[in-house]
Amino acid sequence: MTMPLSEAGLAVEQHWRELASRRRLYTAGSLFFLFIALSGSLWFANDSNAGKFFDRLPHVFDFVDQLIPRDGLEVWRAMFDLPSPYADGSLKFDYPEGRMYLFGSFYLPEYVYKMLETINIALVSTLIGFAFGFLLCFLAASNLVTQRWLRFFVRRFLEILRAFPEIVIAGFFLAILSMGAIPAIIAVSLHTIGALGKLFFEVVENADMKADEGLRAVGGNWPERVWFGIVPQVMPNFLSYGLLRLEINVRASTIIGAVGGGGIGEALRLSISRNHEAKTIAIIILLFCTIVAVDQFSAWLRKRLVGEQAFAFGRGD
Amino acid sequence: MTTLSLTDMQAISERHPDVFAGSWRKTLTGWAVGLGLVAYLAFAWWFFAAGAVLAGGNWGIAGTYLADWVSYEVRPQIDFKDDRLDISYPRFSAYRADRHPHWLSFERPATTAAAAPANKASASHVTAFIGSNDSIEVTPAQVLVRRGGETLDVAVVRRVSVVASGPLPSWATQKKPGEKITVDFGFAGSAQIDADDVNIRHRFFGWENFFFDGHSPYWGKSTGEVMSLIASDERIDSKMSNAALAWDNIVNNSEWQHGDVWIKMLQTIVMAFVGTLFASLLAFPLAFLAARNITQNRLVNQVAKRFFDFLRSVDMLIWALFFTRAFGPGPIAGISAIFFTDTGTFGKLYSEALENIDDKQREGMRSVGASPASVQRYGVVPQVLPVLISQSLYFWESNTRSATIIGAVGAGGIGLKLWEAMRTNSDWENVAYMVLLILIVVFIFDNISTALRQRLIGNKASH
Repeated sequence: MTMPLSEAGLAVEQHWRELASRRRLYTAGSLFFLFIALSGSLWFANDSNAGKFFDRLPHVFDFVDQLIPRDGLEVWRAMFDLPSPYADGSLKFDYPEGRMYLFGSFYLPEYVYKMLETINIALVSTLIGFAFGFLLCFLAASNLVTQRWLRFFVRRFLEILRAFPEIVIAGFFLAILSMGAIPAIIAVSLHTIGALGKLFFEVVENADMKADEGLRAVGGNWPERVWFGIVPQVMPNFLSYGLLRLEINVRASTIIGAVGGGGIGEALRLSISRNHEAKTIAIIILLFCTIVAVDQFSAWLRKRLVGEQAFAFGRGD
Repeated sequence: MTTLSLTDMQAISERHPDVFAGSWRKTLTGWAVGLGLVAYLAFAWWFFAAGAVLAGGNWGIAGTYLADWVSYEVRPQIDFKDDRLDISYPRFSAYRADRHPHWLSFERPATTAAAAPANKASASHVTAFIGSNDSIEVTPAQVLVRRGGETLDVAVVRRVSVVASGPLPSWATQKKPGEKITVDFGFAGSAQIDADDVNIRHRFFGWENFFFDGHSPYWGKSTGEVMSLIASDERIDSKMSNAALAWDNIVNNSEWQHGDVWIKMLQTIVMAFVGTLFASLLAFPLAFLAARNITQNRLVNQVAKRFFDFLRSVDMLIWALFFTRAFGPGPIAGISAIFFTDTGTFGKLYSEALENIDDKQREGMRSVGASPASVQRYGVVPQVLPVLISQSLYFWESNTRSATIIGAVGAGGIGLKLWEAMRTNSDWENVAYMVLLILIVVFIFDNISTALRQRLIGNKASH
């Protein structure tokens, strides 16, 4: 049983109906647009792929099947460079080949060594990126630098470093320095400078300026104001962002490695493309464990540094 | 107000040294951390053999590669024959025996013992103008190089020797007497005078043949001429109109491969778009299972969360390599890789957002007797949806970048094309072109995603 509405009530009702129907129209319109874009994209992706999705789908399971080694112990042999009973002189079972002898008969297995190389690439790049991001961020902060042009220049510089594809920097230095880890370090470091510099100057801009005011009142010069007034408050956040970046850089240096930067990425690419199942599984396990360990360690340390304060979780590029 | 004199200050600091000295533990920790870092960097220097690698690098060529990004060279070669000179160009150059750059002038020989091959033009006297004061003049037995008022006169005995009259100026080098002489014109180029031929490299700013390559009838014409040709009714090619021909020539430009580059760029965009969209769609329902406060079953929460961690920790590279082998190279592999990695990332993000919701709205829904589905739909979703969509949009933009990189291992898109252009070491201008395209696309998407996010959740979107 509905009550009859007054004229004002009817006007409100009608207005509400109009708004609701317009809203519905917008939602339907955007969903329709999204649907068209998605179908078009899927058709295009399938059309330009080397294998068609439905043709290849059964082969995906074949490939998964191929990835299962002959016996489970093969994976351990591949990971720790132990001789395989199936050795037939081919690359597939040459596990002891890559041993890195440190002293006497003590050796580092090949993939463990390559994993260490990748971790070191990530660590060195993070340190370099942290150092330069630290130096540049104060020049980009609006509460510390009054010269507009300087801020503008530093911010654009950081933006370019961040947006420039890492792979191009890596490729350029690979052409000059030939294969190896140094091009990967340069590429990842440059990107890290841009990414961390941006996050850092945002932290600096949110800093409490009272300490800075006090220092200015007693006649502190610019470096003193920054070092004693700002740095102590922002350092925990800086370190926390640096650790977050380390997680990202472990992944990034693996990828750069796969395209010629050395380390575990290259080993993985080669073993997958050559169908060496035991080696592939061994590398994937190593990589997985390393990434989990680095993530856990960094999360634990970040929690100690900045408490429960949540960080916008992203890849932070 | 009391003020302290300097002596007072000193007296106070002497009386309470512990207050002013600062904690020795802190000082010590500072030094230990600093020394540790220096030691680690020294170790890394040794570990990567950085000194040897950097010293062994081919730094001389770095300048040329960088110059190639924004400039190009025209490289005519002049061969010495008995009584004439033969002019030729590299195989893929737009210049040919019947088409020469305007800065190269020559006289045809009156009579020759033998005719030049079809791909070469014969001449008796060639002059290449490199700059206003710089030029190279070649005759069958003599080369005259002028640079900034100085002149180098070189006598050439064919197949035997190259001898300069007088001492060499600072811009010319010769390793051994009688051997080849290299002349440097700075950025404008260089020339190499050999006993068999003279190789000239003249460098210009800009991208050569960006619109039309040497095979196109529009090559070498000014914008006005091209426009009037397109507007005219007389067909160059009887099969299609002039405008269609121009478009066809641009898309199929053999040096810049515009058509292919655009398709590959579109693949990269599609990979990021579809991968991110599918990942959000799958992660959304799964996140409800993973959120402690929504699904009250600990086991289900843990299983869902570990599943997300697994997808995320198996790196995007591993997924990309895996799917490239499984589906064949192309965007489907890239879509799958982004989909798998980001389902994990989104699942984690979404379930964290769900765990942080305000419980009052759900309570309200429950208290009026709504069904469990309605409780979620009206009590939970309106609170989190803007945040979730905003996170997905942020990743959409960042995935456009990731899609470029995983493309290089074969997962489709512009990555592989970029990588191949770099491996040849001679197509740096194409690399610059593709980088520019990527930067433009990322810039546009960044702006779209920021604008949409700002509309959804206000100014918090600035992350």
